[in-house]
Order: sequence, then C-alpha cells, then structure tokens
Amino acid sequence: MLELRGIHWKTPENEEIVKGIDLVIPKGELTVITGPNGGGKTSLAKIIAGLYTPSEGQILLNREDITHWDITKRARGGIAYAFQQPVRFKGLSVRDLLELSAGETLEEARLCTMLSTVGLCAQEYMDRQVDASLSGGEGKRIEIATVLFRRDAQVLVFDEPEAGIDLWSFTNLIDAFESLKKEGGRTLVIISHQERIMEIADHIAVVADGTVRSFGKRDEILPSLLAGERCALCPIGDSGKEAC
Amino acid sequence: MKSITDSLLNQISDFKEGFQGAYNIREDGGCAGRQSTKNIRIESKEENPGINIHISGNTKNETVYIPACVTKSGVHDLVYNDFYVEEGADVIIIAGCGVHSDGGEEAAHNGIHRFFVGKNARVLYQEKHIGTGTGAGQRKIDPVTEITLDEGACMEIDTTQISGVTRSDRSTTAVLSKDAKLIIHERLLTDGSERANSDFSVTLEGEDSGVDLISRSVAKGNSYQEYRSLIRGNCRCSGHSECDAILVGGGIVNAAPALYAGHIDASLIHEAAIGKIAGEQITKLCTLGLTEEEAVRKIIEGFLKQ
Repeated sequence: MLELRGIHWKTPENEEIVKGIDLVIPKGELTVITGPNGGGKTSLAKIIAGLYTPSEGQILLNREDITHWDITKRARGGIAYAFQQPVRFKGLSVRDLLELSAGETLEEARLCTMLSTVGLCAQEYMDRQVDASLSGGEGKRIEIATVLFRRDAQVLVFDEPEAGIDLWSFTNLIDAFESLKKEGGRTLVIISHQERIMEIADHIAVVADGTVRSFGKRDEILPSLLAGERCALCPIGDSGKEAC
Repeated sequence: MKSITDSLLNQISDFKEGFQGAYNIREDGGCAGRQSTKNIRIESKEENPGINIHISGNTKNETVYIPACVTKSGVHDLVYNDFYVEEGADVIIIAGCGVHSDGGEEAAHNGIHRFFVGKNARVLYQEKHIGTGTGAGQRKIDPVTEITLDEGACMEIDTTQISGVTRSDRSTTAVLSKDAKLIIHERLLTDGSERANSDFSVTLEGEDSGVDLISRSVAKGNSYQEYRSLIRGNCRCSGHSECDAILVGGGIVNAAPALYAGHIDASLIHEAAIGKIAGEQITKLCTLGLTEEEAVRKIIEGFLKQ
C-alpha cells in the first residue's frame, strides 16, 4: 500500500502546486489519477518517485516512511517511474536501457518479448540509440518498457503513457496493463486522461488545483466524470473518448 | 620483456601471452619482439629509429600489431613507422601506446606514422593510448599520423585515450584521391590536470572522396582539451565532422572545427555540441536504481563507446 499524507509541494519559485493531498493507493490494484492539466498530477507522480521532495507531508510504502528516500533508494525499494517526456541519451542503446531496468543481461528472445509488448520489433530497435533519431512515439514506448519490465518493482507509476503513441500501440499497452493486473502483486498508478485506461482501473482519483477532488472505485467515479462534471474537473473531450 | 610492458600490452592491444601473425613490440625505444608473415613484412629503418611495414596486396583480413611501451621515467621515445599498403590489401593494424612512470621525470612516446594506402586497399587502424604509474613526471604521448589514400582506398581509424596520459598532442593529416574514404573515430577522456590537443586536417583532392570525422570527448576534473579540425574540399566530395564533448566538474573544452569548400560541388557538414550531462539523464538512470555516480559513469561510458 502506498499512502500519501498531507502532501504539499512548491516550485523553486515558491508557487504551491500540491496543496495537501491525502491518498491511499491500494496494493496490487490499478489506480488512475486524472484531472485537468496543471492540476498537480505530474507533480504528484514525481513526488511518489522521489524526483520532487514534498515541503510538507509523509509518504508511506507498506507502512514504511519513505518521504526522505532519494530517487535511487525508492527505485531500489520497488518504485518504478515512466516519464511523460522520454529522456534521450547519446550513446545508450535500447538494449542498454532495458538491461539496466531488468538488472541483467538480456537474451534476444527476452528483448523481443519486452519490445513487442510496446509494439516495437526487437531486431529493428534493440541496437538503436535512445537519442533524437527515435520519434516521440518510439521513445515513449521504450520508456514504458523500461518500467513494465523493471526488476523487483512493486509500484509502477506511468505519467500519461498514452501521450504520443499510435492507436495500435495504445491497444497493446492496455493489454499490457491488464496482464499486469491479472498477474497481481504489483501496484499500478497511471496518470491519464484516457477513458479506456480509466475503464480498466480499480480506483480513480481526480486531482485538480493541487488537491484530491474525488477518489473511489471506478464505477463510483467514472460515470460522474463522463456525465457533466468532467468540464469542471477533467479534460475529457466532448466525445467522451479523447483527452482535450 | 618487462612485466610493466606485459601489463601495458594487455591494456592497449589485448595481449595474451603473445600475438598471432605479424607484430613488432617496441619497449623503451628498443625492439622487444618482431615477427613477419608471408604477406606482412616488418623491417627496421636504416636512417631513423622505427620500422617499415610492407603489406602485400594478397593480405586479406590479417592483423598486424605495432604496440609501443615506455616503462619508466626519463625515457623519450621517438619512432618513425611507415606503412606501405599495396593495392587491394585488406588489413587490421593495432598500434596502441602505453606510457608508465613511477618517477619524477617525464616519460614520453612520440610516434610518427605515415600511411601510403594503395588503390582499393582497406585498412582498419586501431590505436589505444594509456598512461599508468604513480610518478609525478608527465606521461606524454604525441602521435603524428600522415595518411595518403590512393584511388578507391578506404581507411578507418579508431583512436581511444581514456586515462592516465597527462599531456598529449595529436596531429593527423590526410590527403584523399578519387573515391577514397576516410573514417575517423576519436574517443578521449581527460581528468585531473591532464591536457590533450587534437588537430585533424583532411584534404579531399579526388572526385567523390569522402571523410567522416567523429570526435567524442569527456573533460573531467580540471582537465583541458583543444580540438581543431579542418576539412578542405577541393572537388566534388563529401565531408562530415562531428565534435561532441561532455564537461564534468571544472573540465574545459576549446573546439574549433573548420570547413573549407574550394569547389562548387564540395558538400561539407559540421556538427558540434559541448555541455554538461543533462540532469534528466542522470535522473532517469537513478529511477532505474543507479546512484548518481553510477549514472554519470554509465552515461560517459555509453557516450565514449558510440
């Protein structure tokens, strides 16, 4: 279980983005955090992964206080984080990055499994550099793979995994999330505006203006999001299918 | 052969109890071992210290090792090695240099290599430079490389200087004939108070000749690097140079790449980037469980490997 207690966070310019968030993310389940852009969702994900240190509050992982753990310690403690904007490296290959993530040397068959899960062909991509030669969508899919297959990860945090990837890969991604759910044991936290991701969630939290506006089981939250309240809280478009 | 030489050879040329094929081992200005083969003949120069290496046109995929080692302070080794590569040959030349110093005096190696590469011949030239030892004396390596590529010849140079050489002055010049190709990969890492200068000058004289010059360097500590490159295109030709450097701590890089297009159909490109490691790269690797130090090491290793 991941528990956030009274979390506040300010930018270096002293602007308060997260304004007292209390949230209990159930172990082994999929929780989607949604809400309008600029509402604090990404900041919250970064606080969980240790990229941002809260100015107030406490973070507990399986009842252990991890508030002051740095990024490395949290990663080793089982928290994995997929960036919204994939990071580029001059000189690291896709294979290098996936091996760092898996913590071992990977056979081609294993690389093939990992990359095909995100819709990429291992033969074509494993020796490619993770640099500007990759398109935004390719980089994003590799970023997601580094988290899907992280060794010993208990909590997997994805920041808008749907952004920048094509429909076919998105369908694969939904399948991958569902498989992880079926396997059980791992906690998934997904920042998303996508209805299809919300549809597979166990819980949904709506975060706006740095606070949790509502949190509950999917069937309690999703209908209200899709019915009218969405304009105030959530950037789901008029079609009810796509993000704004 | 001294044990220090043995250790240096191991690091610069994967020496394991001996070399297969043709070789010449230079140790403190003398010859510590030599072997010619049917296709590769190595002989001493008469007028200067050094050797002539004759590579016949029948050479296919053969390797010749020409390492040089300086094992102590006070040695200033100067050597002239000339490589004559006949038409149609295909050869790998491994020519690293290791300089060891435990004393207060300077230990230095200055290798002047000339390559005369015949028509349609192919050469892969690998060169690794290292400095070892705890002495206060400078460990210097000043390689001078002069290359002449005949029509259709192709030469690839892979040069690496990763640690321990306190001063280096590299000068590489090349003249390319019709359809000749030259590829140079330089990898350089300096640390502490080390200084390294690299100077490349390539002249494209023959139609459809081409050069690809890629330099990757990392300047750590208070080290200082100077990089100069000049590609001159005097005909229809193509030239590309790419100079990327990472700064860590107080490292300084002074890079001045230059292009000279002396013909309307000379197509020359230069790319350059110098900067510190992006914070988000370190952060990403930390989210995979690496410490900051491990992340920096991994990023540098990957950058120099490329």
